[in-house]
Amino acid sequence: MIRDEDILEIRPPALSPAERLYLPQIIGGLWRTLVHLVRNLFAGGAMTVQYPEQKRKLRVENYRGVHRLNRDEKDRVACVACFMCSTACPAHCIHIEAAESPWDDREKYPAKFDIDELRCIYCGMCEEACPVDAIELTPHYDLVGRSREEMILGKEELLAVFDETKNEKPRKNPRITGYLNTGHRQAGGEGGASQG
Amino acid sequence: MAPTGFTQIADWAGWLWRGVRSRLGLALIGLGVAFLAVVVALVWIFADALQPVGADLIDFATSQFGFSVILALVLFGVINGVVAYCIYYERKISAWIQDRRGPNRTGPWGFFQPVADGLKFVFKEDVIPAHVDKVLFVLAPTIAFIVAFVGWAVIPWGGQVQLGGHLLNVQVAGPDIGLLYILGVGSMGVYGVVLGGWASNNKYSFYGGIRATAQMLSYEIPMGVCVLIVVLTMGTLRLEDITVAQTGYWAGWIPQWNVFLHPVAFVILFITVLAETNRTPFDLAEAEQELVGGFHTEYSALKFGMFFLGEYAHMITGSAFIAVLFLGGWHFPWIPWTQPEATQWYAALAKMVVLGLKIVCFLFVMMWLRWTVLRFRFDQLMRLAWLCLIPMTLALFVLTVVLLYLGEPRSIWATIGNVVILIVSMGYAALRNKPVTGRQANMPPIVEGGLGDARIRAGVSA
Repeated sequence: MIRDEDILEIRPPALSPAERLYLPQIIGGLWRTLVHLVRNLFAGGAMTVQYPEQKRKLRVENYRGVHRLNRDEKDRVACVACFMCSTACPAHCIHIEAAESPWDDREKYPAKFDIDELRCIYCGMCEEACPVDAIELTPHYDLVGRSREEMILGKEELLAVFDETKNEKPRKNPRITGYLNTGHRQAGGEGGASQG
Repeated sequence: MAPTGFTQIADWAGWLWRGVRSRLGLALIGLGVAFLAVVVALVWIFADALQPVGADLIDFATSQFGFSVILALVLFGVINGVVAYCIYYERKISAWIQDRRGPNRTGPWGFFQPVADGLKFVFKEDVIPAHVDKVLFVLAPTIAFIVAFVGWAVIPWGGQVQLGGHLLNVQVAGPDIGLLYILGVGSMGVYGVVLGGWASNNKYSFYGGIRATAQMLSYEIPMGVCVLIVVLTMGTLRLEDITVAQTGYWAGWIPQWNVFLHPVAFVILFITVLAETNRTPFDLAEAEQELVGGFHTEYSALKFGMFFLGEYAHMITGSAFIAVLFLGGWHFPWIPWTQPEATQWYAALAKMVVLGLKIVCFLFVMMWLRWTVLRFRFDQLMRLAWLCLIPMTLALFVLTVVLLYLGEPRSIWATIGNVVILIVSMGYAALRNKPVTGRQANMPPIVEGGLGDARIRAGVSA
């Protein structure tokens, strides 16, 4: 319900006599654009990033590009196949098949972990949801493929992305390695995206 | 860092060298050398037989008719190239004004961008929608293109030149009514726009055409009066004579260009030429944001390209026209080669360069304005023509006639009168206490329950 007092009457302010002359205003505008033109020509004022040669400096910590699956310190996949990410995913682009873990520090591990990079909307919800910080978004954005199938990244490919980007963007909490250490992390009051 | 300065030059040198060294480059160079060798050999062998033909050709080229034909052909090629580069120039200027770089990928500084653009125009699919009037649809861009180019015929390019014992005019045609010809042809340009809008059978295009018509009708009047002022001052309609008459000096050093006599008429003529060529701030016929391109919405490929080329060619014609009328055409003070007495071939070239530079300056100002000033609203456009430009040009006209009656049309009084008229009109515009725009003027006052009542507009009953 719109009430009278909600209505704002907006009128453009009346022009002053000097503005009414119009020509001085035009000349002022021309001067402004000329300043930009000359500055750009002789002082290099262009903002353009020359993309393939030059790349923008990204904020590595929070840029949301291609996903990676982190490895723990023993180079095993850090994921525990809890399905939190695929549940949180609004685009339903994560497909996990869990299997019994061959290691004794966790119960499950992902036998299959596929992300459809074409369906993904890069919102970062999976990263928020992950209890062990196993899935993260990287600053890589130039992912290309020749077919739709090629754009579905499997577990090995996602681990490879981790290998490529671990120097550029180290794992958030390197001390969190496996399922059993979660309690230790909570006791230590370690911050982080996930608290159990 | 982006490559700059010497590194960039080195880059281009490398690019050129790689091009030359590539197989295609080598093949092209080889073909060129072979072709030249064959031509030289043929001329060598048949030299005796070719002699009379060559003499005939030289005779033809040094007669006024032959010279005009050659000049027309050369000009057509040159202007097409210049028009293509105008588009590049415009994109660069817009980029610089907006803190961007503009096209820079196709060759050094993006210099081959027009070639790429032209190829695109030629090879894109040429769509003729099912619902259009086919004859007019094809005719419209043709008219726009041809009309923009035939205006060139009467522009005096480089005075007179002495070739093979003949004194030739560097002008395709020099009729006594050159000025009327260029006015008439320039006004025909609107037919392309109107027919394009009509034939497209589409509301937006139609609006574009209608707007162009109304705009053209309104701005023809101040343009015509400005031209009339020049005609009265100079006493001739021949563009060559108008140019020659501007070559003297006042007080020994000020060139007798008309711009010093009638600066206000010069500015008004420039504004009307902007309007005639449909350039921003007068591009209401196109108006991408409102009319989705207006008259050329339905056009694609080469037909769109012809509209595009036509617009730029029209700009160049208009610039040359103003340069001849107000800035002395090919004349530049203090340089002996650009005086009417100089008739050597290199003097004619120098005159062409001078006129070309003047045109380039006008083109720059047109582009600069385009990326500075916003498009007018339609009522503002009409207001500018009918309430501002026409009264001012009429006052200037009366001034010229009075000076002519007193026998001194080219005296300091013309300049003084111009300045007085400018000050009076600006003072009137500044001091009369009226809303500037039509929308403000037409808006009813807010009264309880009246048309302007906010509650009614909000759909709430009082």
